Amino acid sequence: MPDIFGIPPQALFGQLLLGLINGAFYALLSLGLAVIFGLLNIINFTHGAQYMMGAFVAWMLLNWLGVGYWWALLIVPVTVGLTGILIERTMLHRLYKLDHLYGLLLTFGIALIIQGLFRNQFGSSGLPYGIPAQLRGGTDLGFMFMPNYRGWVVVVSLVVCLATWFVIEKTKLGSYLRAATENPALVQSFGINVPRMITLTYGFGVALAAFTGVLAAPIYQVSPLMGADLIIIVFAVVVIGGMGSIMGSILTGFGLGIIEGLTKVFYPEASSTVIFVIMVIVLLIKPAGLFGRAR
Amino acid sequence: MSGEPAQASTETGMPRHQRLILGALVAALIVLPYILYPVFLMKVLCFALFACAFNLLIGYVGLLSFGHALFFGWAAYVSAHSAKVWGWPPEFAILGGAAMALVLGLVVGALAIRRQGIYFAMITLALAQMAFFFALQAPFTGGEDGLQRVPRGTMFGFLDLRNDYVLYYVVAAIFLASFLLIYRIVHSPFGQVLKAIRENEPRAISLGYRVDHYKLAAFTMSATLAGLAGATKAIVFQLASLTDVHWSMSGEVVLMTLVGGLGTVFGPMIGAAVIVSMQNYLAELGQWVTVVQGVIFVVCVLAFRRGIVGEIAAKIKKPL
Repeated sequence: MPDIFGIPPQALFGQLLLGLINGAFYALLSLGLAVIFGLLNIINFTHGAQYMMGAFVAWMLLNWLGVGYWWALLIVPVTVGLTGILIERTMLHRLYKLDHLYGLLLTFGIALIIQGLFRNQFGSSGLPYGIPAQLRGGTDLGFMFMPNYRGWVVVVSLVVCLATWFVIEKTKLGSYLRAATENPALVQSFGINVPRMITLTYGFGVALAAFTGVLAAPIYQVSPLMGADLIIIVFAVVVIGGMGSIMGSILTGFGLGIIEGLTKVFYPEASSTVIFVIMVIVLLIKPAGLFGRAR
Repeated sequence: MSGEPAQASTETGMPRHQRLILGALVAALIVLPYILYPVFLMKVLCFALFACAFNLLIGYVGLLSFGHALFFGWAAYVSAHSAKVWGWPPEFAILGGAAMALVLGLVVGALAIRRQGIYFAMITLALAQMAFFFALQAPFTGGEDGLQRVPRGTMFGFLDLRNDYVLYYVVAAIFLASFLLIYRIVHSPFGQVLKAIRENEPRAISLGYRVDHYKLAAFTMSATLAGLAGATKAIVFQLASLTDVHWSMSGEVVLMTLVGGLGTVFGPMIGAAVIVSMQNYLAELGQWVTVVQGVIFVVCVLAFRRGIVGEIAAKIKKPL
């Protein structure tokens, strides 16, 4: 096969796939942030730590209890989501009447605690988590060789993203949610339990982060710091996308992952900064973000 | 973020109780190195200046920057590099670092003030992370090792900074001068406009103030003073490293200011003293320090939002 722009196609498609996978994680995480932000008006700084918890709980299930990947996909979001609900009920809900910055500071503190605890328990080096037996190996697509697990990650995250979008934009439950974002008092007066809805929304957002963590465990090393640096990239994704729409965070997440992958091929030195550079450009042209409403 | 007690009028100068505290502070700065280890005190002073600079922004304009390590860290690199590689005397090395922070502050500020609230915080954080990656890759920062064994040199040609006591008084003078400068800024008509923006930005706009100019000016001042702190720290510890630019440093300065009291004059330095002492004396706890810091964060936000000095000020009903 001939080279594309002087790059062997194998390398190009390999990096594209890597970018697509990173994009899947960006999309899932920024989606969770957007869901939480929509109703609570809080930037969940703990999101990275909750993603890391997801990966670790999956690891613990496997190594301590012998529970495998498929059950982890179900159990982990539920358990970590419950810890999220606990955090919302005991701490976050006291802050809604205050400046939103306090929510950010509180979740930052919680993230420090969670990361510190995991680092004490497991050290800073990563732990391996095997790919489940059914998804080992790879498929020859003709133009490239694709590891099955990576394909699975892309497909699953697309499905989860679109399902979330569907629930929020197209169902009755979603319309309650969106209405509560605009005017909680009014929605409450229709007999809808808004505080409970807020609690469950936070739990769902956290569960999304934990689910992402389980998906990531077989690809990256399971380490206490895996969420810390990723979350800042996701913040940049959120600023670029504009937090206004669910679809916006999905498209921006995947798009930026791919752009990052392509940068790795053509100009590797810039690959860790390209997303931030794009953020600067977007801010100059459209301060509200690509899909955002001005606030 | 408000919660600050009513301000005394600006025209009469510093209120009497504040003048007394300032006098006590100067006396303490003179005597302390004979009681406590001067290098520890210099660390406290550098971080106290950093926290005061940060507080200028969050306490008086209501802008939460989560990227102040960018200015602190890059100023440290510039002053370490110019002292070590170019052989600049320490006074120029420190000024060079602060100048670098000024330029960076203008650029980052111009970008970040286009959004408000949590977005502002996220943008500053993301830009700081970008600067972290530059520091990791750029050839002159020493990558993972940082710049080590920076010479302290001789200030103005006659102050030998290799002597800990001489260096201590230089650092104390830098801190005190900057502290008074910040006090002056905050209590000037310019500072009043900043507070008006914090309390009600649309109203400040409708009064005809060019709010963005004020915000950018405050951001740049805060960044420059944060850079001054970082540059001084690089000369004191003869080291500039990735720790200084990492985002956890930005978190630490938020914590110091929060513990001491957002928007109080004396709060940030008390907060810095508390946090630095904690890190120093709890060092054997290792990773638990992070957990303890997180717990302090949570407790402060939930139950103790005014911070140490803010609580005292509320109790005695006087601005501190």
